[in-house]
Amino acid sequence: MFPFSFEWVWDMGHMVFHGGLWYALSILGMGVTYCIIKAVYDTAKGQGGHHGHGQH
Amino acid sequence: MDSALIPKGVKRCPIGQFAVFIAVVGAVLLWGVVAMFLCYIKGLNQTNMNNAYGFALWIWADLAVIALGGGAFFTGLLRYIIGKDELKNIINYAVLIGFVCYSSALLILAIDVGQPLRAWFIFWHANVHSMLTEVAFCLTCYFGVLTIEYIPLILENRQLDKVPFCHHLSHNMHGIMAVFAATGAFLSFFHQGSLGGVTGVLFGRPFGYRTGIGIWPWTFFLYTWSAAACGPCFTIFITRITEAATRKKLVKDNVIDLLAKIAGWMLLTYIVAKIIDTWYWAAVTAPSMGLTLMDFYSNNPGSAYGLWILIAEVGICGVLPAIMLVSGSVRRSPALLFIAVTLAVIGACLNRWVMVLQTQAVPVLSFESWFTYFPSWQEIATTILPVAYGVILIALSYRYLPIFPQEQELNPIEGGK
Repeated sequence: MFPFSFEWVWDMGHMVFHGGLWYALSILGMGVTYCIIKAVYDTAKGQGGHHGHGQH
Repeated sequence: MDSALIPKGVKRCPIGQFAVFIAVVGAVLLWGVVAMFLCYIKGLNQTNMNNAYGFALWIWADLAVIALGGGAFFTGLLRYIIGKDELKNIINYAVLIGFVCYSSALLILAIDVGQPLRAWFIFWHANVHSMLTEVAFCLTCYFGVLTIEYIPLILENRQLDKVPFCHHLSHNMHGIMAVFAATGAFLSFFHQGSLGGVTGVLFGRPFGYRTGIGIWPWTFFLYTWSAAACGPCFTIFITRITEAATRKKLVKDNVIDLLAKIAGWMLLTYIVAKIIDTWYWAAVTAPSMGLTLMDFYSNNPGSAYGLWILIAEVGICGVLPAIMLVSGSVRRSPALLFIAVTLAVIGACLNRWVMVLQTQAVPVLSFESWFTYFPSWQEIATTILPVAYGVILIALSYRYLPIFPQEQELNPIEGGK
């Protein structure tokens, strides 16, 4: 639900619940986007990554 | 035939043997899928749920696998935030087990909601006064975190790793994994807690109701605590079963010992808190509603709930494994360690059973008697379905992905190719 939805109310419940949801989704989205863009850049640049298994 | 896909320097069983294993487990999976489609096509009349049992076997299974899958968030927290570096040797497996647990929970929920096509309603038309809304938000997001943590493992497959983009993507995801792990720990704290809160806020059901802090009943904190304690125990439990099935040592003893020690102290502190909570509920909360402890454990013909279940949950599967796990000599004995983690896992499952099923069995009106429930075969089959799915995913991951970083060192093979 977004603030422009007709059900939205500017109360603590909506702000905390949906604020938390968007906060988490934003971090995950930005993190994955960063990884993909950097992977494209590294691939184009021909860099060799130096990570071994078990570095998770 | 598939040797090009198998990680370097490790040995796997012949493809034929593996295919037979997958086919056998696949048959069980198919049984569950048939039951699942029966529920989809014919509806929830395929279950034995009724007006007394709106939550039944599925919700118990959900809560149990979510608690046991807590090993992923807690091991991630220890590895990336607290800095327990040794745990890098088991974190992959913890993530895989967590992924299996959470995807299973979502699969069961997709059957349980009855109309899965409307599952998105909980996000768009959210009831912000419901603990279950918080659970849905955090559960979905945390499954996203687990998927993000599992993807680099897939990309490290021997053939995929040769593709430069996959190699770089995996490398970059590892690089910022701490951010994902921290987000996962944040989400897990809330959804594990809110699952406990669901029962704890039911003031109309004195068996489940608890007092607490603000809007959070004590069960909120106990659920998170027990997941952090029993989740790592489940990771060790599955690791030991995998080692027995593959007849190999896959993780060094010092890694298991560290995880078991932390889990032991978490379990010990949890069980002390649980005992205090139970005592306060029995001595203050329930009497304030006109009931005594024995009202919940006696005079219930037709249902099996007696004091035995409280003793089994808190004593045999709580205090006992906690004391065992904090003892170094017990942890060093593989058999005793396995018994301790098994008891802890059973304890978490029993706790969820009691809080979900027993809560609904207890009558709340003076003219009612105890409610009984036995799941239909469709409910049982769809609950076993995720187990079969989990076995298959773990088998495939073990065969084709470098899940155990220490496997090669612990199991050197001739030629080492």
